[in-house]
Amino acid sequence: MKIPTLRIYTIAYLIFLYTPIVILPIFAFNNSTAVAFPLQGFTTEWFYNIAHDDVLFRALQNSLIVSSISSVLSATLGTFAARASTRYKFPGSGPLMGLIMLPMVLPDMITAMALLVVLLSIGIKLSLVTIILGHVLICTPFSVAILTSAFQSLDKSLEEAACDLGEGPVSTFMLVILPLVMPGIISALLISFTISLDEFIVTNFLGSGEPLLSTFIYGQLRFPKYVPNIMALGTVLVGVSIILLTLAEFFRRRGIAKTGSKDTGGFL
Amino acid sequence: MSERQVRSRFWGSEAFSGLALISPTALYAILLLAAPLATTLLYSVFTDGYLVVIPHFQLCNYIGECRSQLADGTPSPDTYLGAWSDPITQALMLRSLNVSMLVTAMTVLLAYPVAYFVSFNVDASRKSLWLFLITIPFWTSYVIRVFMWNVMMSRTGVINSVLEGMGIISEPLQMVFTIQAMVVTLAHAYAPFAILPIFVALEKIDRSLLEAGQDLGETRFTTFLRVTLPLSMTGVIASVLIVFIPTIGDYVTPNLIGGGKIPMIANIIEKQMLKADNRPLGSAIAVSAMLVVGLISVLFLFLNRRYLKGQK
Repeated sequence: MKIPTLRIYTIAYLIFLYTPIVILPIFAFNNSTAVAFPLQGFTTEWFYNIAHDDVLFRALQNSLIVSSISSVLSATLGTFAARASTRYKFPGSGPLMGLIMLPMVLPDMITAMALLVVLLSIGIKLSLVTIILGHVLICTPFSVAILTSAFQSLDKSLEEAACDLGEGPVSTFMLVILPLVMPGIISALLISFTISLDEFIVTNFLGSGEPLLSTFIYGQLRFPKYVPNIMALGTVLVGVSIILLTLAEFFRRRGIAKTGSKDTGGFL
Repeated sequence: MSERQVRSRFWGSEAFSGLALISPTALYAILLLAAPLATTLLYSVFTDGYLVVIPHFQLCNYIGECRSQLADGTPSPDTYLGAWSDPITQALMLRSLNVSMLVTAMTVLLAYPVAYFVSFNVDASRKSLWLFLITIPFWTSYVIRVFMWNVMMSRTGVINSVLEGMGIISEPLQMVFTIQAMVVTLAHAYAPFAILPIFVALEKIDRSLLEAGQDLGETRFTTFLRVTLPLSMTGVIASVLIVFIPTIGDYVTPNLIGGGKIPMIANIIEKQMLKADNRPLGSAIAVSAMLVVGLISVLFLFLNRRYLKGQK
């Protein structure tokens, strides 16, 4: 019998990928401030702690505000760009799309510092608003990537049919195209939300010191006694992201089924 | 054709519709990305003042010795070295490049077989499930994910306590605060960015070409070398660039895994821009880092083109 080397390798690689997030819940329930084996017994103390942490709640509140607004804005901006680049040919489309997609490869540090220096020099006070400005910049390329494939899989004859039946360009978009790409928009919203929630560098440098989830976590990790709390918080976050991602995947598949094209996999 | 006709032709044209539609997104990117990047470039050739940047052109932030201006407008008695002249910045730049290159090599080499497996050996209906499995760990807090490697590799951490418990080692291994630990952490953090582009490129390969190769007497391995690999190079390039360029600016890993003892280029940019309040020098270091990364990327693209030409 042939040994399935590649399959074994891939499974080993998956184990490498999953190890950190599998270890997370183990120590979230471990009754010791030291994050090490052997385990000391079961406790829900760390979950109790995070449920009663006022600063964490403020950070969570701020993060939800920032991520909701950022994801709506970046999905909207992403829709404009994805529709323009898939439907129309126009001069400058390459460089403009390149600039819009640039934050995907540009180190976040450079994006954050460049924006920070400009904001400071024109005298804008750092706040949640400046964090949102940065997050939209970072999330938009991902929205564009998702929405481009959504718009590309549209059948152009549907749009032509609407035109033939007397609909104008705006009503065609609202009545025909928008419902068809809606699953793509929802998945762009969810992905942007997740990226924004997770963003650390931009949040750290464009913020005023008001805690957000990622900066709160980073701050707590400096103190060993708070580490188990973060393990518990991380466990909750992993659970929430898996639910959000499963939803995103569900909508993406439904979108593909709606437009009748083939599933080519992946978010990106 | 009258001027009016020309005008109405433009307003109704495809070019206008496209530009109008993309304008909100494009304007946002121009104002909040292109303009700040241009400002950074400008600042890097200006003079550092007290809490301000003075538009006085000079190149000393890059090469040679520089003087800041004091609050009263007189030149400071102390000088500082430009980005390319300062041995500390040089060392950090080299270390960042070294880490980035190791991370890129490790990530892409480890990712290729995984992408190959999913594309060639997995049933078409289950491919998206596999990709979903690969991406899941990466949508959870980046800071926590990086910190988990500290948890695993620290002196009292998971790996050491397991190995000691099993009696394999008597002294804990020193893993955190090393470059290798940062490389492993980053290779883990960027794994999906390497897998997905290679997978997409492999998916596009016409399977009949592989059969043709084998019909013409090639073995599976030589078919891979002469057909599959060259055809998937676009994906390999995309993943190399998408891993190499952002990792050079990583800020969290040097702090959480390197314990702040092994700073990389992002940490010195932060220090100059904020703590030391020397924005021209900070800008010059940022621009230099991007320049070096850009040059290496172009060189890599050029070498790849030669490799693909050599194939024909």
